[in-house]
Amino acid sequence: MTLLDFVIFLPLVAFVIALALPKDNSQAIRMFTLIASLAFFVISLGLIAPVWGASAGKFAFERNDTWISVPAINYHVGLDGISLWLVILTTFLTPLCVLVSWRSIGKHIKQFYAFLLLLEFGLIGVFCALDFFLFFVFWEVSLVPMYFLIGIWGHERRIYSALKFFLYTMAGSALMLVAIIYLYNAAGTFDYTRILAGIQSGAIALNSTEQLWLFLGFFIAFAIKVPLFPLHTWLPDAHVEAPTAGSVMLASVMLKMGTYGLLRFAVPMFPNAARANSGWIVILAITGIVYGALVAMVQPNMKKLVAYSSVSHLGFVVLGIFSFTQQGFDGAVYVMLAHGISTGALFLLVGFLYERRHSLEIAAYGGVSTPAPWLATAFMITMLASIGLPTLSNFIGEYLVLQGTSIVDFHWTVFAALGVILSACYMLWLYQRAFFGKATDDLSHHMPDLNMREYAIMIPLVIVMAWMGSYTQSFLPPISASNAVLLGPIDARREIHVRAVPPKPPAIPGEAAPAATAQELISAR
Amino acid sequence: MPTSADYFRILPEIILVVAGTLIMLIEGVLAGENKKSNLSVLTFIAFVAALVAAVAANSNQGLSYSNMFIVDGFATFFRVLVIGVGILSLFSATQYLKREHAESAEYYALLLFSVAGQCIMATANELIMIFIGLEISSIATYILAGYLRDDKRNNEAALKYFLLGSFATAFLLYGIAWIYGTTGSTNLAVIRTALQAPGADRTAILAGTAAALMFVGFAFKVSAAPFQIWAPDVYQGAPAPVTLFMSAGPKAAAFAVFLRVFMTSFSPITNRWEPFVWASALLTMLVGNFAALMQTNIKRLLAYSSIAHAGYVMVAIAAHNQIGIAAAMFYLAAYALMNIGSFAVITHFSRQGEKFVRIEDLAGLGWKQPVTAGLFAIFLLSLIGVPLTAGFFGKFYIFKAALDANLVWLAILGLLNSAVAAYYYLRILVVMYMNEPGEATLSVQPVSVGISATLWLSAVGTLVLGVFPSVLLRFATNSSALVK
Repeated sequence: MTLLDFVIFLPLVAFVIALALPKDNSQAIRMFTLIASLAFFVISLGLIAPVWGASAGKFAFERNDTWISVPAINYHVGLDGISLWLVILTTFLTPLCVLVSWRSIGKHIKQFYAFLLLLEFGLIGVFCALDFFLFFVFWEVSLVPMYFLIGIWGHERRIYSALKFFLYTMAGSALMLVAIIYLYNAAGTFDYTRILAGIQSGAIALNSTEQLWLFLGFFIAFAIKVPLFPLHTWLPDAHVEAPTAGSVMLASVMLKMGTYGLLRFAVPMFPNAARANSGWIVILAITGIVYGALVAMVQPNMKKLVAYSSVSHLGFVVLGIFSFTQQGFDGAVYVMLAHGISTGALFLLVGFLYERRHSLEIAAYGGVSTPAPWLATAFMITMLASIGLPTLSNFIGEYLVLQGTSIVDFHWTVFAALGVILSACYMLWLYQRAFFGKATDDLSHHMPDLNMREYAIMIPLVIVMAWMGSYTQSFLPPISASNAVLLGPIDARREIHVRAVPPKPPAIPGEAAPAATAQELISAR
Repeated sequence: MPTSADYFRILPEIILVVAGTLIMLIEGVLAGENKKSNLSVLTFIAFVAALVAAVAANSNQGLSYSNMFIVDGFATFFRVLVIGVGILSLFSATQYLKREHAESAEYYALLLFSVAGQCIMATANELIMIFIGLEISSIATYILAGYLRDDKRNNEAALKYFLLGSFATAFLLYGIAWIYGTTGSTNLAVIRTALQAPGADRTAILAGTAAALMFVGFAFKVSAAPFQIWAPDVYQGAPAPVTLFMSAGPKAAAFAVFLRVFMTSFSPITNRWEPFVWASALLTMLVGNFAALMQTNIKRLLAYSSIAHAGYVMVAIAAHNQIGIAAAMFYLAAYALMNIGSFAVITHFSRQGEKFVRIEDLAGLGWKQPVTAGLFAIFLLSLIGVPLTAGFFGKFYIFKAALDANLVWLAILGLLNSAVAAYYYLRILVVMYMNEPGEATLSVQPVSVGISATLWLSAVGTLVLGVFPSVLLRFATNSSALVK
């Protein structure tokens, strides 16, 4: 048993225990889930050092045991720099979700916390799985608790939203399953590392048609999850109707399953197809960035506003990935994490407001900063992080993405940067309408400032936002190392494609090399 | 003279038939109402004895009674499956029969006869034997479908099932006659040899017609489109525990003979029937899933779902490779478990006279009887095909077989179909967990021991096959090689 096995399976154990607890003692259930999820977070911190120390291209805590003999399906898990932080993001946010649900979830408390733990199990598993079959299992398993979280504890249109969420993802995963089985028949294994090595070495020969269809099979499943414009329509519904904890987990972690899948599987395995299709994918990503921001601007509903801002932010991630540059990849992962923290925090804050006023309409607020200055401050910091203010988390990621795309095609950068400006517009306008101005007596009366529980939620988030924005060296090195490995063969192939251009000898090894190859791509066009 | 090995190999059938006959005779001797409960115990003992005999017979594989029967892994698999279905449907029927004041020896005897017929189908190595087994099973099931004589719906179900069923059986028999006329034999292996022989091309059209006629007969029995029309009415009308039985046992046995005949006898003319099975598979999935979307009666919904699932198994037959056979076997076992579980919940919930069979009636069951609803949720998730349940691996193997056979489009359309199917299963989950309890849920009674046993056994089976499918799959893969 490695530490990673504990991190993966302890939430499942806790889920079973939570189901067995007596349902009348809600305080005990809450305390149990809180302590358990905090413990999981502390345990998961132990993952950092070994991953950091692992040599490039190697997975830490790798474990490869037979699960099912025919067809060969293995329990193959491992962590690299990309998955490490996503796992820790999951374990970090789960206790906060427990805390925010403390008072706001009033019915079927036992089942709520049980599903939250099951969700944690599924999400951690998705990021650790290195066997396609295992990945698919976790991918689908995480769907079920989220479906129930939305459907049972959500708002008015919860049933419609839960169904829509489930069916969208289900349709995408059906295509992915076909692709996975097809890949198995070609490769004779579900093992990600072996298939990747086989494809790169040419041992697994796929013709370009096969590559295209396999890429699309994976891509559509992931694009629905991201969600990439125009497959995003399930997201606003699911976000708005979900309870706060559900929105947080959905926005902060579940959407990352899609971008993680693109980065880990779809792009490295089918680089030619990915590059051949990058044109329209980038256009969709940029459309998503601008469209998401514009739609967010006119939303009267706060949760919907934050949901559309997610569409916009996730567009950056896709853009970064499909720039095929080191900066783009690094930026994509950084946006994934920063968006996880900042949007999670925004949903939590909206949840606080909802608990006080029982409304998500922006118009129902105004002047909140007078009765609740600390709440307003927390919202301000989070909002600035979300906009991409330097020294706060999102800025680093978006900057890296823009830099990465600028190497490939400067037009993309210009259009994508519009999204940054627009995000400032909708966020500041939201803030102005909700927090400034004169508070009505009725509002002041129902708007106490943050209580201890809410401080306990917000303080860690604010610290992380500032930390990620000001000292990237605590986070970025393992991400870059893993990205370089994923990107390496893709760059190598790029040189083969543009053989007409004599490769320039890189002056400074490491740093100049990717830029040089990207330059070649431009000249090749 | 039959040898002792001959008897040993068909001991399960002998036990079932003898027990069925005995029970009919004993009833007259037994006096008083309570005594009738003893009959269910006797039936249970007969089933267990047959199960033991079936497993034991597997250690002594071979032909029996002048090549009329064959005991191989395939036969054992289906014998154990149909006897298992018999046991579970017995568990879920006892309480129901008491509730409807209809406990009598006939029910148990017919159940035994029906299972005996299905065991004969599983072991038959010859078309006449297949026909006899099919008839024994079918006639017993026709009567069971109309078991509650005073109920209009029961009568309708039985009559429809009987008339259409006899019609379909006639097709099957006609097909048998054609193939006998063409090849001069009813033995499966001999037919295969005859169709492979040089010069068989001249009679290929005759053999193809025979295959088509037999396809109609089998497609009816497994409720594959376009011969599925009877299924919704019959499933809805028949008593709930009978529907439970019908949707699992006779269907599995019919698929067993379907597989054996088409993979053995008709394998030389695969290219002739494969397109039809392909089309039928797709049509079955489409009809089942899209019709199920609009149902409000839960028995009818599960009937259409059962049609859709037959479509998935047809995909495995269309793949006509060895992994396809294994996949179909695995799927039928998985399907039997999850379907029996679901119908057991309906049997329990519907109350006397099957008052509560609308989907909305289940509102709030998740909070009123969390255990029952939780188990039902497992069955539904398995029917959807969510990983870690048997249903997922079943689908996975089937579509893997399809891709192995290069049926890429069938696999894609089939899996998209299963995404459509998720909608109507989720609707049941929605009602159970996301709606407020209504009259039906508030008056729900505690779960009886028999139903509870059925539910737990099916749920454990569904999860075990979902997490550790190798156990069963290895056996299925090994036995699939024998069907040649």
